[in-house]
Amino acid sequence: MAYEISLLIVMGISITAGLSLNLITGFCGQISLGHAAFMGIGAYTSALMTKNGLPFFPSLAAGMLTAGIAGIFVGLCSLRVRHDFLAITTMGVGFLFLGIVRQQDALGGEMGISGIPDPGLGRIGFLLFVMGCAALVVYLSLYMKRSWLGFAFDAVADDEDTAGMLGLDVTQFKLIAFAIGTSLAGLAGGLYAHNIRFIDPDSFGFVESITVLSMVVIGGIGSVWGVVIASAVLSVLPLWFQFIEDYKLLVYGLLLFSVMRFSPGGLSALCFNIFSFFRKKLT
Amino acid sequence: MLFVELLVQGLLQGSIYGLIAVGLTLVYGLLRILHVAHAGLFTLGGYICVILTNQTGSFLLAVLASMLLVGITGMLIYRICYQPILDQPPFVPLIASIGLFIAMEELFRIFFGAYGLSFTELPLQEPLPFLQVSLKQAEWLTMLMSVGFVAILAFLANRTKLGLAWKATVTDPEIASSFGVDIIQVRYLNFFIGSSLAAASGCMMAVLNNLVEPTMGSVPSYKMLAIIVLGGLGNVRGTLIAAILLGIIESYGTIYLDDLLDRDSIAFVFLIIALMIRPQGLFQRT
Repeated sequence: MAYEISLLIVMGISITAGLSLNLITGFCGQISLGHAAFMGIGAYTSALMTKNGLPFFPSLAAGMLTAGIAGIFVGLCSLRVRHDFLAITTMGVGFLFLGIVRQQDALGGEMGISGIPDPGLGRIGFLLFVMGCAALVVYLSLYMKRSWLGFAFDAVADDEDTAGMLGLDVTQFKLIAFAIGTSLAGLAGGLYAHNIRFIDPDSFGFVESITVLSMVVIGGIGSVWGVVIASAVLSVLPLWFQFIEDYKLLVYGLLLFSVMRFSPGGLSALCFNIFSFFRKKLT
Repeated sequence: MLFVELLVQGLLQGSIYGLIAVGLTLVYGLLRILHVAHAGLFTLGGYICVILTNQTGSFLLAVLASMLLVGITGMLIYRICYQPILDQPPFVPLIASIGLFIAMEELFRIFFGAYGLSFTELPLQEPLPFLQVSLKQAEWLTMLMSVGFVAILAFLANRTKLGLAWKATVTDPEIASSFGVDIIQVRYLNFFIGSSLAAASGCMMAVLNNLVEPTMGSVPSYKMLAIIVLGGLGNVRGTLIAAILLGIIESYGTIYLDDLLDRDSIAFVFLIIALMIRPQGLFQRT
């Protein structure tokens, strides 16, 4: 049972992380290759706070806040550079975060932070809390997609210049997307830190950023349920692949490649295509 | 003397970065793909070089064979992986490329072992003093190669019909093809040249470290992206200058900035500052 619980916790955390990036990349069209850095900021902030005796919930909120503030700064970069340049800039932010954390003894340096206290909810309680957070983020995403804010994001994602011409404040919407998306990433990071109860720079490296991005892209950019399913599956995939041990990463890489090569719209497009194929056959 | 030594080390590192990034910027300039798997080709080049040198005893032969084989692999990657998804948004080939790179690293590990390979007899080790700077032959060769290849490329691009066709395809593929340029062939050639440059870089890296390992491409894989952005995406000369500048800055940075940042993030501080000041890259003509 304990194994299933930790599996579900990991799933919930990666759904939160996947959807947080989906807000920025899917809804607002701003690609980010450094999303793990914001999870890292949230994780480090909340872990340092609970380690110094502060209670769990305020620490988690503080982690979200610092990640969100950092996100606004990166959002400011997105006003200056676009597309491929933005992708590389955000990647740079990710490495910058790692570079700084590695050299600061106060943040644990290479060794990371260990002995992060238990949130004191019990395993089941923590699972319910994580699932609650994930459900809340799903609800928020669905709600936002249909709200006026969501339409504005759509317009910005589609064509910034036209959106600006129509009188939308593109700057403001990009910053909002980054602020919400990154603070949710901070939440995911805080949950991660208190689940594993050990963090080090490598837990938030480039590979993790790519993993989160691949959840969004494989799920289908902008599709909420697609991203939920892809995050859930991709997060436990490495565990299912235990039996092939040595070839785990090989299969993962090839899978990533094949989905992009054969169904560039991700799983949601794939399902849609299969659905319409059968519908055509029936009629 | 530390000053000069750091400068030379920086130039050397910059040349390696330059060789690999110039190949990537060719690919990017033509197809707008962020080709991360380029670093996988760099590793492949290193492996082929070490294995062939150990088998045949001739380093030169190994380098040439490695450039040829990796060039062909690059063309295959284009045909099998990128051509069908060229009309997709840019993150689709990017993720496909990252997936491919992860798979390639794993294949190297599975086929050649996790601990890497070394030369049985390391070539090009005699010191060659020149202007008080004493470097090994291999180190001179690395620097010469990066400048030499860029010069050859510049010659090809500016003085031959082939270069004219290449430049026309970069500017506007449709109009180029209506003037009789076979743009598919231009793309293949582009991938061949770009990939063989990555192989050359991998060979030199193998000699300088006397080691090839499955993960030797992972640091270049992202650093080369920073370099081609700084060089003004698709600009060959700018890329070489950016690479050498970065090499020098890193080599001083590791000494003077060490308590603040680690070596690999210096590139990105440099990148972010540069992009905020000049969003189109350092050397892009506007």
